[in-house]
Amino acid sequence: MPTYSASETLDLPVASSERAGLSTFLRGLRGRVVGFAASAVWLVFGLSCWWREDLGDWSRTNEVAIGALLIAGVLLAASIAGFWSERVGEIVRNRAPWLVLLGALFSVWEVATAKLGWLPLPFFPPPQAIVEVFTDDLPKLLDSVISSIKLQLGGYAIGAGLGFITGVSIGWSRAVGYWVHPLLRFIGPLPATAWLPIAFFAFPSSWSASTFLIALATGFPVTVLTWSGVASVSNAYYDVARTLGAKPSFLVFKVAIPAALPHVFVGLFMGLGASFAVLVVAEMMGVKSGLGWYLQWAQGWASYSNMYAALLVMSLLCSGAITLLFKVRDRLLIWQKGVVKW
Amino acid sequence: MVSALALKQEAPLAGAALDVDDVSHHFDIDGKVLPVLDHVTLNAKPGAFVALLGPSGCGKSTLLRLVAGLEPPRSGRLLEDGRVITGPHPSRVVVFQDPTLFPWRTVWKNVALGLEAQGIIKSERHRVDAALELVGLSSFANAYPHQLSGGMAQRVSLARALVNDPQILILDEPLGKLDSLTRLSMQTEIVSLWQRNGFTTLLVTHDVEEALFLAQRVVVFSDRPARIKADIAVDRPYPRRRGDPRLAELRHDILGLLGLDATW
Repeated sequence: MPTYSASETLDLPVASSERAGLSTFLRGLRGRVVGFAASAVWLVFGLSCWWREDLGDWSRTNEVAIGALLIAGVLLAASIAGFWSERVGEIVRNRAPWLVLLGALFSVWEVATAKLGWLPLPFFPPPQAIVEVFTDDLPKLLDSVISSIKLQLGGYAIGAGLGFITGVSIGWSRAVGYWVHPLLRFIGPLPATAWLPIAFFAFPSSWSASTFLIALATGFPVTVLTWSGVASVSNAYYDVARTLGAKPSFLVFKVAIPAALPHVFVGLFMGLGASFAVLVVAEMMGVKSGLGWYLQWAQGWASYSNMYAALLVMSLLCSGAITLLFKVRDRLLIWQKGVVKW
Repeated sequence: MVSALALKQEAPLAGAALDVDDVSHHFDIDGKVLPVLDHVTLNAKPGAFVALLGPSGCGKSTLLRLVAGLEPPRSGRLLEDGRVITGPHPSRVVVFQDPTLFPWRTVWKNVALGLEAQGIIKSERHRVDAALELVGLSSFANAYPHQLSGGMAQRVSLARALVNDPQILILDEPLGKLDSLTRLSMQTEIVSLWQRNGFTTLLVTHDVEEALFLAQRVVVFSDRPARIKADIAVDRPYPRRRGDPRLAELRHDILGLLGLDATW
């Protein structure tokens, strides 16, 4: 005897689909409410800029207010559009909670600095002061960015290239390992910045000295991880390739290196982090350009808003560089399962 | 059938003769000498299918490594068609117990490995396609190894061996890690591949039934160091039937040689 009747089996889907419809509607409403809330919070931020006279002399208060109101307008439009376009609704739903938080933080920041002066000036400039840096000091900031990127790219490319070649050589050849390994153990763990005083008089220019230091900081982790990658390749792979007629060069380029690539990318990632630190220190100590130098210079003039602006740009650049590295890795290591998404 | 012909076109009609001539081998482990092969002499005619059977760890796989040329023997000689084997050569290809596919290469590129290593892939791409078709995996050409099942991976590793038109195919427990159903169907596949291509086949296994179902001769080894205990001709035509009473009889004899007939 069946334990359910025909009518039950017919009722059930109807009821559950009704419930599902209701919960979908509620969920949809909640997503949209957050979108409207974000718009409202940004409206508050914009209005807070006009609430009363600035305590200091900042020229971009109006622009910040208008910008905030524009964002509030766009959010409002997008939230309304979300009723018709599922795609827009999805975009708003995913970003709205963060936008609410950001708008609230900006409002508090604006009021606590420019309007009420709860936080001491000039150490805590208001948002309009930082926007002012981006609009009025843009050429110098851009110069610094380009200079930093050039220095970083050159040093990183040299360090990564040499580190990779050294790592493969140590991993592959016992003789190379014998000579290079002690050197690596002795010099590698030394922080690259410790070389700074020597590097700046040993090299013809502060630029070449900094390139050397960045390359050193990058090269060590890349070497060690490439080496460990090559050393950990299973002998079975070499056996297979050899029985199929592979020559030593094939074993290096088509077996050892591809098998070691996941390790190599860990090394490249660590090297990137280490090289950022060296870049900034080198720019602060010797090179007369770049974001590190800009930071130093801004501090000298006690222009804290310039420092915050430079920090923001620096963080975007570093994050961008890592994103780029991970994109390259995802392309090359497409055969791997379950890699971390950055 | 077309693909099989495509593979055979450039292949010699029969495989190579293999002579293992009084070969002994030992390993040095922590300064101690561990003998693994003790005066082994074995001859296989061109195109023969010989199974090497023995207890686990007796040195059968070591013998295969010597035939493949991955290691030189400590004493004695191994000859392929009368020429001394001095190193690996694509005319003698090994299929290992693990498929050992390169995880960073697609199925197609794994099969192409041998032709690429020999520098002839540009003109011989069709052989890769044919080998994949032969093992029934054409539609998986662009898959990566981690997307394959164990049986499929082992078939790819078979294709990777066959694409080189080997004269001696060396199978080192190739079905050892597969589930029993896949194993049975792949046994049949191996027999038909051998019959089509005519290569000399050397199969290491510790599965008595598998040896009897596949091989023309079963060579039984002793415990380490491996000595040849018996060389049994399996005088049954192909295709064989697993329930053949003659095979059951031989199985009993072989289990007796291995000291395992008490439970039969």
